[in-house]
Amino acid sequence: MQKKAQNIFVRRTVFAAAATFLGTVFALPLVWFFFAPFNARAELGLAIPSPFTLSNFATVFQNTFAMQALLNSLIQAAGGVVLVGAAATLAAYALSRSPIPGKGAVTYILLLFSSVVSGSAAMVPIFLIISAAGLIDTHLAVILVFAGGLLPTAMFILRDFIDAIPRSYEESAMVAGASPLQAFFDVALPVIRPGIVVVVVWAFVNIWGSFLIPFILLRSDKLMPASVAIYSFYSEAGTPIVTLLAAYSLIYSLPVIALYLLVNWKFGFRFFGGIKS
Amino acid sequence: MASVEFQNISKSFGAFVAVPDISFQIADGEFICLLGPSGCGKTTSLRMIAGLETPSSGRVMIGGRDVTYLHPKDRGISMVFQDYALYPHMNIADNIAYPLKVRGEQETKRHARAKEVADVLKIGDLMKRLPSQISGGQQQRTSLARALVYPSEVYLFDEPLSNLDAKLRLEARGFLNHLQRDMGMTAVYVTHDQAEAMALATRIAVMDKGRIVQFAPPIEIYRRPATTFVANFVGNPPMNLVPVEASIGEGALHLRADGLQLAPIALTDAIAKAAKSGRMTLGVRPEHLRIAEPSDRNVVSGDLFANENMGPESLVTLERGDNGRVTARIFTDDEIKVGTSVHLSFDQKHITLFDDTGARIPAADER
Ligand SMILES: Nc1ncnc2c1ncn2[C@@H]1O[C@H](COP(=O)(O)OP(=O)(O)OP(=O)(O)O)[C@@H](O)[C@H]1O
Ligand SMILES: [Mg+2]
Repeated sequence: MQKKAQNIFVRRTVFAAAATFLGTVFALPLVWFFFAPFNARAELGLAIPSPFTLSNFATVFQNTFAMQALLNSLIQAAGGVVLVGAAATLAAYALSRSPIPGKGAVTYILLLFSSVVSGSAAMVPIFLIISAAGLIDTHLAVILVFAGGLLPTAMFILRDFIDAIPRSYEESAMVAGASPLQAFFDVALPVIRPGIVVVVVWAFVNIWGSFLIPFILLRSDKLMPASVAIYSFYSEAGTPIVTLLAAYSLIYSLPVIALYLLVNWKFGFRFFGGIKS
Repeated sequence: MASVEFQNISKSFGAFVAVPDISFQIADGEFICLLGPSGCGKTTSLRMIAGLETPSSGRVMIGGRDVTYLHPKDRGISMVFQDYALYPHMNIADNIAYPLKVRGEQETKRHARAKEVADVLKIGDLMKRLPSQISGGQQQRTSLARALVYPSEVYLFDEPLSNLDAKLRLEARGFLNHLQRDMGMTAVYVTHDQAEAMALATRIAVMDKGRIVQFAPPIEIYRRPATTFVANFVGNPPMNLVPVEASIGEGALHLRADGLQLAPIALTDAIAKAAKSGRMTLGVRPEHLRIAEPSDRNVVSGDLFANENMGPESLVTLERGDNGRVTARIFTDDEIKVGTSVHLSFDQKHITLFDDTGARIPAADER
């Protein structure tokens, strides 16, 4: 008995040590991420700021290009999210509810292509198309390309979500006298909403963090998003100015964190099953 | 209120034929029950009246108007769904009032009306809850209330009482019966509970595999079941059916089966014709059987299988060798004392004969 208890003790200790080590490895960069912005002499190494200072932020706020970029990111992400959210909801609803033959195949093929469209392999054709459309160096170009790339996956997620919702909800609304449009807005949409929220957050994060597409499609500084502007905190020689970079990164990540918190508070994240029980 | 008519309706799902071909007419103010086993096409038929399913062929008429391709909202119907279909994000009040909302009724008015109906169904104090926060029986009553909250041409009910406990079910049944008498609603009511069908319907359509086997008033279905299927479906417990060998001798019909002792039956043309195949089915309702006296001439005997006392009545079941069981429903408060072998007797006027295809042979006093 004694032996066995000892055995368990050793095993638990080893496990706890290993878990602590792993946790630390993942946590350290985060700790740096929250400390460095407040340290006037931040380096790549981890250090507790002394004194705590906001001077890094003051310098960053004076960089008008970087500040404008945050607004641009917001415009592009919001535009993309609205487009993806609205289009994916309508398309997924139609794909789920109407008896179109081969609708499954359509979704899969689109899904397959989407990985190409938003991937770097398609950059040249995308550039040519946008150029031919005369949209180079506009927010719209970025929004459209992102929407095109994200829509199939969004549709796929939402269609699964809607498939899980009984048709009898809308049917009972229609029997009660609602037009298909009324049934959609009064009954289907509120039930689908948790799914839309998941898709919207996912699309927002995707657009917010993307570098390549805006970098290629945009020319003028005043349209560049934050993901591109972050490079203005590199010196001419290409080395990062760690203090400013850290401060800007923190600001850059705030909207995503805020969005997550907001959504979690308002809706709660749920991935499947439209019915909250 | 309006009439409903099916003209040669068929419905297939891909290669599967759910409803081969049915036609019927329901007059204004009739309360029709669709009765049949699971999967026989009751819900499918109801959904075709509602417009939620388009028939593969044939026409649906409501109030003399061809509505085959009309949207559900334009048919003037209301419906209780088998799975309730309550809107999960609306509270009970909003659920019940939704049909009034789409009709443009203002909020205070429609909530007042919803409360009225809810009170009758005893869910008036749940109005602020969400559907997920009430019991299955309460959900079912909410769904019933939503269907009754506004006046419709035709009311469609898909097993609206299936989830209620016995007492509530009787109450709701009485309420529906009262409603039907009060406002003379036209209703199509799906159930597989024969007692419910008997209690509510002005006529019952007994369905089997997508066909209507018999469409008649309850008492007719009970007294003169068209086939062994109907006989076996209606009644509680259903009619006893005993396969017998039939032969004609000395100007009368003789039926033979294990444990069966039956006086010769007077011949009619129909009986003579059916007897040619040599096989028939003898039907006797449990309530027409009694414990045999020595003088009885029509007796069925076997080993005691079960003796269930239900209060005002007892169910005594005997087993005839391996030839199936016969149940008697005996009305007595006393406990019935039977030995290991049981003899049950019946009057000849209470028997029903079916030919070898299962169709009822008309009795001598008919036509
Ligand atoms: N959408 C569908 N696709 C394929 N088959 C279907 C569909 N709807 C119904 N069926 C089939 O049609 C037949 C009749 O179904 P229906 O729902 O009308 O039965 P029901 O009489 O209402 O049964 P229950 O008493 O179990 O509700 C069943 O065999 C069912 O499997
Ligand atoms: Mg059904």
